[in-house]
Amino acid sequence: MANNVHTGNVHTGSIPDERPPANTVGPVAWLRNNLFNTWYNALLTILIAWLLFKAIPPLLDWLIFSANSFGTPPQVCRQEGGACWTFVSEKLRFVMFGTFPYDEQWRPLITIVIIIALVLASCDRRFWKPWLGLVWIAGLTAVGVLMWGGVLGLTYVENTLWGGLPLTLMLSVVGLSVAFPASVLLALGRRSQLPAIRVISVTYIELIRGVPLISLLFMASVMFPLFLPTGVNFDKLLRAQIAFIMFAAAYMAEAIRGGLQAIPKGQYEAADALGLNYWQAMGKIILPQALAISIPPLVNTFISFFKDTSLVIIIGLYDLLGTAKAALSDPAWRGFYREAYLFIGVIYWVFCFSMSKYSQKLERDLRRGHRR
Amino acid sequence: MASETRDTARPSAPGGVSFSLSDPTVRAVFYQVLVVGIVIAVGWFLIHNTLDNLSKRSIATGFGFLDREASFGIGESLIDYHPRDSYGRAFLVGVLNTLKVSIIGVVLATVLGTLIGVARLSSNWLIAKLASTYVEIVRNIPPLLQLFFWYALVSESMPPVRQALNPIPGVFLSQRGLFVPVPSADPVWGTMGFALAIAVIGVIFLRRWAKARQERTGQPFPIGSASLGLLIGLPLIAYIAGGAPTALDVPKLQGFNFVGGVVLTPEFFAILVGLVVYTAAFIAEVVRSGILAVNWGQTEAARALGIDSGKTLRLVVLPQALRVIVPPLTSQYLNLTKNSSLALAIGYPDLVSIANTTLNQTGQAIEGVAMIMGTYLVISLGISIFMNWYNKRIALVER
Repeated sequence: MANNVHTGNVHTGSIPDERPPANTVGPVAWLRNNLFNTWYNALLTILIAWLLFKAIPPLLDWLIFSANSFGTPPQVCRQEGGACWTFVSEKLRFVMFGTFPYDEQWRPLITIVIIIALVLASCDRRFWKPWLGLVWIAGLTAVGVLMWGGVLGLTYVENTLWGGLPLTLMLSVVGLSVAFPASVLLALGRRSQLPAIRVISVTYIELIRGVPLISLLFMASVMFPLFLPTGVNFDKLLRAQIAFIMFAAAYMAEAIRGGLQAIPKGQYEAADALGLNYWQAMGKIILPQALAISIPPLVNTFISFFKDTSLVIIIGLYDLLGTAKAALSDPAWRGFYREAYLFIGVIYWVFCFSMSKYSQKLERDLRRGHRR
Repeated sequence: MASETRDTARPSAPGGVSFSLSDPTVRAVFYQVLVVGIVIAVGWFLIHNTLDNLSKRSIATGFGFLDREASFGIGESLIDYHPRDSYGRAFLVGVLNTLKVSIIGVVLATVLGTLIGVARLSSNWLIAKLASTYVEIVRNIPPLLQLFFWYALVSESMPPVRQALNPIPGVFLSQRGLFVPVPSADPVWGTMGFALAIAVIGVIFLRRWAKARQERTGQPFPIGSASLGLLIGLPLIAYIAGGAPTALDVPKLQGFNFVGGVVLTPEFFAILVGLVVYTAAFIAEVVRSGILAVNWGQTEAARALGIDSGKTLRLVVLPQALRVIVPPLTSQYLNLTKNSSLALAIGYPDLVSIANTTLNQTGQAIEGVAMIMGTYLVISLGISIFMNWYNKRIALVER
């Protein structure tokens, strides 16, 4: 009171802030606002909490507390219940590397490291320079040398022996990097002024997008041998890779078309006014802007493409899902499908989830660039 | 022609026909002819090789094989099928099975996806977190892996046929699926279907009449309860008039499997659950972004007008959200239909699986793949046409 001077009703000087009412701050208020704000929300909260209380302890029990540690033989696992992590430790190298010769499995391991390093480097916008393309070519060459061998004192490994995670990563990475230039051409073709080129591009894109990937893989496995002249033969892996490239090119072309459509007409007109020809206008003015806009949808295409590589199991290749399924068919280890699928599910999930988080971050960054 | 005037205006081409690549018209024609030429050449090369290879392997082309006896059994079928039937009929069984799983899947995925999408926007923290956890887990794992998991879950954790679980009298649960009793065949079911069809037509006309009356007089008509009464009442009257039969066709163990009743096979269960769970995660995101796209001011304005929250959602928010939702929803429906081809991997006899068996038996690879692709193109086109029609109906009509 000493600080305050009263002049009639006018209050001069400062008065200390009053504390907010006890029920609007702190954990109690948070509970009231977020869990019990209406009667039906309160009811739902209690119901869900009860369900979680019922579901989570048995799940944790299976995963950790009653789980059999590494080294427990499968017979014991079957009797004990609980997860049998011996399956994972026992089959780890088969699931990860397939039938690659056991003593040479450091080679696919380095392949995995190289591919992940390439992808991580490409995620950093500071590295988006022309030399990144050269780094990719060098990296993929190294991958090819490591996997096939036959040079530098490495023993030759047939690609029918490849499998597991390196195969999944290679199918996706090689597929995407070959499909990307093709998809740019297709997207430009779809927006072209020339009717014949437009019709060809639209037909290709819509045809591929209208049929399931499985039918393309079938085409690759049963029809490609008929397409080729007698004597020329592709192996199964290459045929599957071609089917994936055809598939990815159509979907990526649509993502890029979205970016092309978002470029204002004035940019095209300005390029024309400068006297640039078509390829100069596209290469220097339109595509750099359009591709930047289409990166988030492109990354989404990458994610679905990465998941779709699991379909090669249908034509008899052993990617990560294929090796897991083959490991399950071992009579000694039948029935441990929960452990197997959980293990590779986590691997797929880590890859896809980090890509989707990256795409969201990139979208925020790029939007920030456009804000004035 | 604009190009001709440009040509004549050019001083460097005085009369006569100039053929130069710097002329835009000539260049356009040149590039198109070049590209079309390359496409035709590649196509001819492939066709030539194919015909050559076919004649060397003495495989007959054409669809004549469709009339031959298929001589393979199919696990489940909507129409009568016997291994003595033709390949054509077997393929039809596959197409129907694909349509069955796609249609049921689309309906269930829409319901589940909408629920989860709305749940992600819930003010209840627990529900919102649970829904986003679901979406983030499910859509980042390959659908094929999920299918394998569901299939293994059913086929490995269920008891064999002889020790089938019998939770309710007449209902049996085993590795062969869930067997449920159904009412025995009776003419009254046909009459009831007919009554239901009449009720649907009646409801359509009733709605039109009620809308016209409301626009004329302003008087609302209790259309919801009237439609419901019609849809339940008419078939019920037909059922009672037909003598109200209560006989049931109960499944019985005969030999190695159950006979009678209706079966939900593990294959169908796995593909349906897998597709619905996977697609629902994507539909949830579509629904969520659609609802977020409607300005919050719309809701506030509706509240200010005294419209209650249910009607606000139904008459103000949803019609506007649908405009944003329908186009991406269409592509999710198309994805679900195309993903139903994964059924091949777990042995559900969809069209891809049956075409695969056919082409393995007959060697007619080109025809088989062409039939798969053609059918999917037709189905995709059908869904696109329907959804575009629906989209046009709900699209914003600007005055």
